[in-house]
Amino acid sequence: MMRRLLPKRGVLATMFAMLLIAVWFIQLPASAASTAHTLTLDMRQFEFTPGRFEVQQGDTVTILLTASDVVHGFYLDGYGIEQRVEPGISQQISFTADQAGKFRYRCAVSCGTLHPFMIGELVVNTNFPFWRALAMLGVSLIGSLVYLSFGAKQS
Amino acid sequence: MTTVPRADTQHRPSPLNTVLKSRLFQPTLQLIALFGFTLAILTGFFGTPAGSRNFGIVFVWIVWWALLIIVLVPFFGRAWCTVCPIPAPGEWLQRRGIVQRTPGKLRTLGKRFPKRLKNMWLQNFGFLTIATFSAIILTRPNISAGVLLGFIVVAVALSILYDNRVFCRYVCPVGGFIGLYAMMSPLELRVRDCQTCREHGAKDCVVGNEKGYGCPWMVYPGNLTRNTYCGLCFECMKTCPKDNITLRLRPFGSDLFVAKERRLDEAYKAFIMLGCALVYSTVLLGHWGWIKNWANMDSLPHWLIYAVGLWVFNLALIPGLFWVTTWMGRKITRANVPQRDLFVSFAYTLVPLGLAAWIAFSLGFVFVNGSYAISVISDPFGWGWNLFGTANAAWTPFAPQLLNFLQVGILMIGLMVAVNTAYRIARQHHSVHQQAFAAMLPIAGLLTLITGTFLWLYLG
Repeated sequence: MMRRLLPKRGVLATMFAMLLIAVWFIQLPASAASTAHTLTLDMRQFEFTPGRFEVQQGDTVTILLTASDVVHGFYLDGYGIEQRVEPGISQQISFTADQAGKFRYRCAVSCGTLHPFMIGELVVNTNFPFWRALAMLGVSLIGSLVYLSFGAKQS
Repeated sequence: MTTVPRADTQHRPSPLNTVLKSRLFQPTLQLIALFGFTLAILTGFFGTPAGSRNFGIVFVWIVWWALLIIVLVPFFGRAWCTVCPIPAPGEWLQRRGIVQRTPGKLRTLGKRFPKRLKNMWLQNFGFLTIATFSAIILTRPNISAGVLLGFIVVAVALSILYDNRVFCRYVCPVGGFIGLYAMMSPLELRVRDCQTCREHGAKDCVVGNEKGYGCPWMVYPGNLTRNTYCGLCFECMKTCPKDNITLRLRPFGSDLFVAKERRLDEAYKAFIMLGCALVYSTVLLGHWGWIKNWANMDSLPHWLIYAVGLWVFNLALIPGLFWVTTWMGRKITRANVPQRDLFVSFAYTLVPLGLAAWIAFSLGFVFVNGSYAISVISDPFGWGWNLFGTANAAWTPFAPQLLNFLQVGILMIGLMVAVNTAYRIARQHHSVHQQAFAAMLPIAGLLTLITGTFLWLYLG
């Protein structure tokens, strides 16, 4: 009798898969107020200073880019912004942080051995992709445990 | 243990069967790979020191690595070992030939490889050593070339001393993790009928015959239950007079449930691989410039702290955490199973998660840096050539917005397969469902914590 009441494993798996997809794609409201940020971002082999900064979604960001040792480049994932920076000549970029999440900025000009790994992080809060991923982690764990628990009882 | 269905890919006769049995098959692939490998070494030594403009760096650590960890290992297991050029010169010297089966014994000094080293420990320490210097090796063309050349020299030296592929089986740091993760592959080389092997006294697959050599990997195919130590050279397929060897399709990760062959050295391989994926994701893809500089040997004291930290993390911290979780499961269930057995058995749950972690990590730099290959193919030495008209192709990250989707998806799949694996391994130790379920709960918690850490590194 109990066995008949339990959902089949395939149904369970499908339910959790749909829940996972829903968690990732669900639309969440963005914050309304926006602020203007201005900061200086210095580049030297093989790090950015600051290595990470956070803003709110919708904020206007102005960055003064400087290079302390050799020629570097600034490339911001997701926003497609690219700027070459030579030592002694600072460059300014501005953009609106309209996408939430973590976006890496990278050196875009070959600057030495660790150039491909010269990375910094811009976090545009609220970092929904990260929280969605954590929610998916929870759904995956609970889904797996329920699946194993029910599945084992059925078998 | 339940038997999972297998699909034989080789109906007799079939084109695949003919190709795999051809003596030209492996040497042809090895010669092509040897050309690329030689070019990687030459460009490393004589090309530009800028890694992102050097064929040796871009094609080994971006193109080859991506192909290996994202495609070959998960789907084809040890297929790279079929192609790998590193053992080829030594093997050809042993055989005194490249294609045809040379009559007589292998030409070596006939030494016996020490029994205590017939395991994965050398590969474990070799991989950790490479990992310790990885910021240097992955970015300096000349040092990278030196390491590749060193691999060939060691492989040739060992093939002079010992019969068969001792380098591949016991020494190669890459072969070690390929063997571990090949357990996940849906492809396996096995015998069709074990009884046929038992009844066949000549054992041509072990000693060889006029059609081929005895197994270079020192494996008896009749007993083969996992992919870990089969290098897919297909010699056994050529020598078997009963046509009893085949390639089969099977569910992903089937080898993880072969209980009788689990060992501590393999368990440690799983810890080290997962640990290194975490360390690389932090050091190479993270935003902490100081730790990159430490790994890059900006000063000896800094690098020593980094190196000691890496080894302690991989050999003590991750295994220690795992020991505690298996101990908790044992206490909860009051299981009458030795703690060491549970520790080793459950370590195999880290194989799917570790592979997923490596794929997620590799996507992180392959998507971003893959476009260097387009320019480098036209100018492999960085000397200003333009062989195919693409030398001036700009660096263009590929779909960075897609990266997070893929990383999250792959890590979730890795976690779910790992939790499922933990339960199935638990059922091998506990016949009762509730006990098995309880025993694997702490492990599921640890697996989730590790996955969460990767998510934090990539998205947080």
